[in-house]
Amino acid sequence: MAQQRSFNPYTENGGTILAIAGADFAVVAGDTRQTEGYSIQTRYAPKVFRLTDKAVLAVNGFAADGNMFVKKVKQRLEWYKHAHSKDMPLQSIARLIQTMLYAKRFFPYYVYNILGGIDEQGKGAVYSFDPVGSYERETCRAAGAAQSLVQPFLDNQIYFKNQTGEHPTHLPLPHVLQLVTDSFTGATERHIEVGDGLEMFVILARGRGSQELEGVAGIREVTTSDERERVFVINRDLKRD
Amino acid sequence: MFRNTYDSDNTVFSPQGRLHQVEYALEAVKQGSAAVGLRSKTHAVLLALKRSTGELASYQQKMFRIDDHVGIAIAGLTSDARVLSNFMRQQAMASRMLYNRPVPVNRLVSAIADKAQVNTQEYGRRPYGVGFLVIGQDALGPHLYEFSPSGTSYEYYAMSIGARSQSAKTYLEKHFASFADCTLEELVQHGLHALRETLQQDKELTINNTSVGILSGPGSSFKIVEGPELQPFLSLMVPKADPAAPAAAPAEDVQMEDAS
Amino acid sequence: MDHFPTNWGRPRSEAVDLYNTYPLHNRPGPKADAFTEGVQRTQAPIVTGTSVLAFRFKDGIIMAADNLASYGSLARFKDVQRLIPVGAYTVIGGGGDMSDLQHINHLLEGLIIEELCEEDGHALGPAEIYEYLSQVLYARRSKMDPLWNSLLVGGFKDGKSFLGYVDLLGTTYTASTLATGYGSMIAQPLLRKYVEGREETLTEDEGKKIIEECMKVLFYRDARSINKYQIATITEKGISISESLSAHTEWSFAEKIRGYGAQTQ
Repeated sequence: MAQQRSFNPYTENGGTILAIAGADFAVVAGDTRQTEGYSIQTRYAPKVFRLTDKAVLAVNGFAADGNMFVKKVKQRLEWYKHAHSKDMPLQSIARLIQTMLYAKRFFPYYVYNILGGIDEQGKGAVYSFDPVGSYERETCRAAGAAQSLVQPFLDNQIYFKNQTGEHPTHLPLPHVLQLVTDSFTGATERHIEVGDGLEMFVILARGRGSQELEGVAGIREVTTSDERERVFVINRDLKRD
Repeated sequence: MFRNTYDSDNTVFSPQGRLHQVEYALEAVKQGSAAVGLRSKTHAVLLALKRSTGELASYQQKMFRIDDHVGIAIAGLTSDARVLSNFMRQQAMASRMLYNRPVPVNRLVSAIADKAQVNTQEYGRRPYGVGFLVIGQDALGPHLYEFSPSGTSYEYYAMSIGARSQSAKTYLEKHFASFADCTLEELVQHGLHALRETLQQDKELTINNTSVGILSGPGSSFKIVEGPELQPFLSLMVPKADPAAPAAAPAEDVQMEDAS
Repeated sequence: MDHFPTNWGRPRSEAVDLYNTYPLHNRPGPKADAFTEGVQRTQAPIVTGTSVLAFRFKDGIIMAADNLASYGSLARFKDVQRLIPVGAYTVIGGGGDMSDLQHINHLLEGLIIEELCEEDGHALGPAEIYEYLSQVLYARRSKMDPLWNSLLVGGFKDGKSFLGYVDLLGTTYTASTLATGYGSMIAQPLLRKYVEGREETLTEDEGKKIIEECMKVLFYRDARSINKYQIATITEKGISISESLSAHTEWSFAEKIRGYGAQTQ
């Protein structure tokens, strides 16, 4: 065609997401700023979504793709629930996400996904994806604009990289929440596309007590059914400059 | 079994102006076990009697969740119900995808009624052999609809379909004036008592043969209550033999609406 | 957001594929037939509208856009209404390609008529229109055949106000103050200063003053704007779109400007 093909169907909307798996819980968090270039489009655009009572998905990259992708995943999970009268297990959601991403291998969703939740064994789990569907299970992962700032911090504080001596395999929930908060306040200081608000989802394994979450500022429960895993959201302010 | 000359093709009217195949389809609904639906100003509930083919068999599924805000109870051919409920689920999801809106309940029911109508008119098709009671909650409040294979849908305060549903209907007609202000528990009780009317003399409602579908107010999700969870509801019922039992008015049969 | 609609949807110059994340291959185009050469897609806007502004106030939403449709730098059409009422609860304000905006208007008219014909008491509110538009614009961008617009959707229904943004990429967001095009750089900071935190107390009169101030600043600074604009308010009482207004401007300072253009002394 004689016409120039110069339309670029992608943009990059900033922000950062992160997830950490504990022994019997998972935390999935993201900031709420949405940007384009040097403009703040909005101070509150959620990037972290509850899929089921044991799965929470964080999406980061091109916001339009991210929102559409989450919508499609949710509808696939709805069909699963219609067919099987139960929520899809976490590892199956992870595989579903990989096939859905790879299905658009040649016109990808420009989105980095991190899935957090509780696996079939009742353990905390984090799965991270690239835009075309490569994925792996990890203990922690950061993605997005400030990935390069946050991931080394997590490597040091979660995996104890470059630290000597004894260290635990799993950290307690209050400690993890503190690390998440510090990650985002730090990223907010040093990255212009991060800030405004922090949204943290906490998923607790079945039967696990929630006393560590009592009295936490800005917390509310968003569990939909009883006697299963429980989901909480914690909202915090981040600097708006 | 009787036969009519004009019943082998649903696109052919009988000289009396009837479509026999469609009427046979309505009979298929009456063969199914009963389902009852009723609503108040705030809630809507469905109740259904599950049959089992024997001790070794499971009980049939009588209720389907369509979306968070819509649920159905069926009477008739379960396989036809699965096709239609699948269509309803698609419609409900399309509405959420395109408008981020729970599909208005009347439109959902009209959509399947339109599908059913096509089957009463086109050559080479057969009518659906299943009737639905649909409860739903939307911007205009709670609703109860009946869908039938003839391609019609009507909204009701209370309704029953399926085998011996006339007895339940009689109960509902006697009590429906009080439904508007009922609590959820009262509504379920009325429903259970109506459903019990459809049982044979020696049978009782149990946690195994009863399904209850509940929509309790805006923002809540359609929930099917079955098994042990039902016990509290059943325990509250007035025993059958008790003279205080809120029985239906005896045998003043209401004329069935003729096909129109 | 970029001031020039011609730059929308193109890579930002400082970030052209920084991490090799854009697909490198040639995507299969439409199948070639006898008419392929005659089919055109919007690859650049032709007749364009500039900024749209909107924000929440205590009774609903206030929105404004000027009446100019430009042809490049030519002020081509000077009496174009870019605030479009959609149904009884929603107004959309459109910038970018005006023919695409008319097409969107056409789609929405069809939608509203269909909804009206149901006659069942259900009506599409601003939140539903917003979702619909985002789906349409995202679907078109995914076909590499975008509708070259950025739209604000404002409305009031069932006691709740709504304000959202949709653009040619399908990007969406909501906020209490929104602006498109040049307005997102010039007016948005002013709007945030005046409105953020005061959404529940601002009156309509105060809102109109803020709008006038912002439209004036935009007229001073945006070469694709005109001092002729309309204000829409959407409240419990419904939609009202004003006659064309102009802000009082002051140009006497221009005489004293030295240092560029014809006057170098």
